[in-house]
Amino acid sequence: MAMQIEVNGKRCAVSYPPDTPLLYVLRDELGLTGTKYGCGEGQCGACTVLLAGAPRRSCQIPVSAAAAKPITTIEGLEKEGKLHPVQQAFLDAGAFQCAYCTSGMVMSSVVLLQTNANPKREEIVQFLQGNVCRCGTHPRIIEAVQHAAKMMQERAR
Amino acid sequence: MNTLRERLVAEPERFEFGAVPMHQFDLARREFFKILGAGIAVFAVAKDALAQETAPGSPSFHSEESPKEITSWLHIGEDGMVTGFTGKAEMGQNIRTSISQTLADELRVPFESVRLVMGDTALTPFDAGTFGSRTTPTMTPQFRRVAEAARNLLIGVAAKEWNVPPEGLVAADAKVTHPASKRSLTYAELARGKTLAQNLPAEDPITPATEWKIAGKPLPKVDGRAFVTGNHKYTSDIRLEGMLYGKVLRPPSFGATLVSYDDSAAKVMSGVTVVRDGDFIGVAAPSAHEAHKALDAIRTQWKEVPQVSSKEIFSYLKKNAEPSSNERFRHQKGSLEEGLAAATHGLEVTYNVAYIAHSPLEPRAAVAQFADGQLTVWTGTQRPFANRDELASVFHMPESKVRVIVPDTGAAYGGKHTSDAALEAARLARAAGKPVKVVWTREEEFTWAYFRPAGVIEVKSGIASDGKLTAWEFHNYHSGMSAIETPYDVANQLTQYHQVPLVLRSGSYRGLAATANHFARETHMDALAHAAKMDPLEFRLKNLSNARIRAVLEAATRSFGWPRKKTQDGQGFGLACGTEKGSCVAACAEVAVDLASGGVRVVRVVEAFECGAIVNPDGLRNQVVGAIIQGLGGALFEAVEFENGRITNPHFATYRVPRFRDVPEIEAVLLDRKDLPSAGAGETPIMAIAPAVGNALFDATGIRLNDLPLVPSGLGKG
Repeated sequence: MAMQIEVNGKRCAVSYPPDTPLLYVLRDELGLTGTKYGCGEGQCGACTVLLAGAPRRSCQIPVSAAAAKPITTIEGLEKEGKLHPVQQAFLDAGAFQCAYCTSGMVMSSVVLLQTNANPKREEIVQFLQGNVCRCGTHPRIIEAVQHAAKMMQERAR
Repeated sequence: MNTLRERLVAEPERFEFGAVPMHQFDLARREFFKILGAGIAVFAVAKDALAQETAPGSPSFHSEESPKEITSWLHIGEDGMVTGFTGKAEMGQNIRTSISQTLADELRVPFESVRLVMGDTALTPFDAGTFGSRTTPTMTPQFRRVAEAARNLLIGVAAKEWNVPPEGLVAADAKVTHPASKRSLTYAELARGKTLAQNLPAEDPITPATEWKIAGKPLPKVDGRAFVTGNHKYTSDIRLEGMLYGKVLRPPSFGATLVSYDDSAAKVMSGVTVVRDGDFIGVAAPSAHEAHKALDAIRTQWKEVPQVSSKEIFSYLKKNAEPSSNERFRHQKGSLEEGLAAATHGLEVTYNVAYIAHSPLEPRAAVAQFADGQLTVWTGTQRPFANRDELASVFHMPESKVRVIVPDTGAAYGGKHTSDAALEAARLARAAGKPVKVVWTREEEFTWAYFRPAGVIEVKSGIASDGKLTAWEFHNYHSGMSAIETPYDVANQLTQYHQVPLVLRSGSYRGLAATANHFARETHMDALAHAAKMDPLEFRLKNLSNARIRAVLEAATRSFGWPRKKTQDGQGFGLACGTEKGSCVAACAEVAVDLASGGVRVVRVVEAFECGAIVNPDGLRNQVVGAIIQGLGGALFEAVEFENGRITNPHFATYRVPRFRDVPEIEAVLLDRKDLPSAGAGETPIMAIAPAVGNALFDATGIRLNDLPLVPSGLGKG
């Protein structure tokens, strides 16, 4: 029987071998290309997805290990045409240049704000240390995360 | 790109009139209106100066051709949408936004009604490439001229319609108005049913920067939403019907030649195509993992040849310099002998600069498709037309049958000039008879791309007792000529560039050799200031009459609070400045050295930058801050290491790039000179950071570091 994974709330049949990294299943088989290949070595964070709510490098996880857990990709954040506050904050802050790292940065930041509603600058730096931005947009990314935290707190009020 | 294709099919051919010869364009006018629909079009042709330094005969400078005729064109459709066409490519430098602003500004239409078609050899005018900080200085005036001509065309159409003289009409807010009769027609209404076209030579900008309404504003990135949602399709995201995944078998080391080859196990795998063409070996398979498996199944043996290693590179470069009598590489003024004789202090220092890698986060990638006798390649390149020409030549096809399209790309920094991935994908696609995608791995990117060249720079100088420079001798071996000449006032000087045959494949990098030359010059100037017992700022100003550099120096030091008093051990302050490609930069850095461990932290950077009239201050700030951070990598720790023809640190785990923890507090001071033409800003902001940090480290420790990177593993204990 074909393996199934749950991505962004939808069950998807997977025909790729069970040891295929999740990244290739998402991108090549399911067409969810918002998740990026940056290094294939878990060193850059461009392929970050949420696996049962935890940030994971999808290039390092065999698809079989992801079969029992809900997966969220960048494509799953937008709800009914409304951007996730973190996406909106990145857009508002202009927190990108080539934007190839943006998906991974957004996914990591979403998790950070779920566990820490009001992170200090140093905590953001610590949390995003594994995500590479080669264009040097780091200050704006930090600003975007802080802005998103504010938006989410206001929304929760 | 898809919309255009769809329209090509959907749009019925229309009656044309007012034929204008347009032989200089690849795209016939008939075709142009067929693709875009009726409307009004304007085409510009311009001559342009040499775009980038070239060193003839030196492949390390990838002998860029200077653009003979830079052209741009625009179309106003029946729906009032304005489409600009340029062969430039968007790679994160945000020119899609800044050019759109310029067009909207000059055409007097809302920013939202402008879109750009970029980097598509079938749709956009020829362009030599997106490099050398040339987009803003060439495209801004051209698009202004084109837009102005379009405005006049629209006024002409309205004047004819109303039977009034055109002089009394006003074009503004996307419509033409006749104030006397209070009549107006929108651009959309005026373009309806027309296929009007005009050619013109591009000249200077029409509207002065002081009167800009849309240009000059910090508008957000065009299509920003597509990037935060993951919807934008980079080259590596493209999937075509029936597409295969390609992989290339790389030699074990540089210069290795194939001795034996056995692909029998790979060839029999289902759906797999194997190609061997000379030393090129590649496979295409229905999935990436099948391609990997097939590649692993190919047995090869290689003959390797001895190669220079990074440990000996600097002495090698010095020893292997070509004797050059080329006057282009040599600049002399006054008498060095007299200058040195007049000096009370002399200084002679050698500076070394390592190879570094661009390592854009999106690796080299291409998707190639042969269909109906035509080859189409999507690829993230800075030179779509050069890629097209190379593909046409390699596959013996006419250029008209090859189309290269550049989707907005995951960065390049000067590293994506070549057509490697495009050729590989196309070679595999031709053999497989299906579209093929090739995406380089990070290791391939770190190994088989090209690098910013290493270099050795020797500086010999003299100063008089009043701190005035009396002599300046500057020799650059291998790294290049960008910003090689000193901007300081010195009567006696000799500057020379020495070519060396390539060791590693080398080429363009953000700022080219300007970073290396500024590092050597500004480190040397700092050492001279200390020798003269003068403040580094005072010493520079004493020897500098260039008003634009003085202005950025003064702006940066003012914001930084120069001179600063040290408040703790290990604290240090440094500065550096310079000019290149029509813009000026000055940086001040504060460092903190842990004197026990030798750990180094850059605490604060203030950089002032001036590039004439600013087109988009938000995008410019992003470029300047980005250049500072990227520059910190090359300043502190980035270095490509190699031995036995192998790169020994081809991963992000071993080749350290700046990460969040490395980022200091940064302040970018942007000087807006509305009286000067807009210069490019992608490169010059990277030049001053390395010497500023090195000079701050000297201030903190008394240790003078003369090599880049400065502290690949800290300063060491004690």
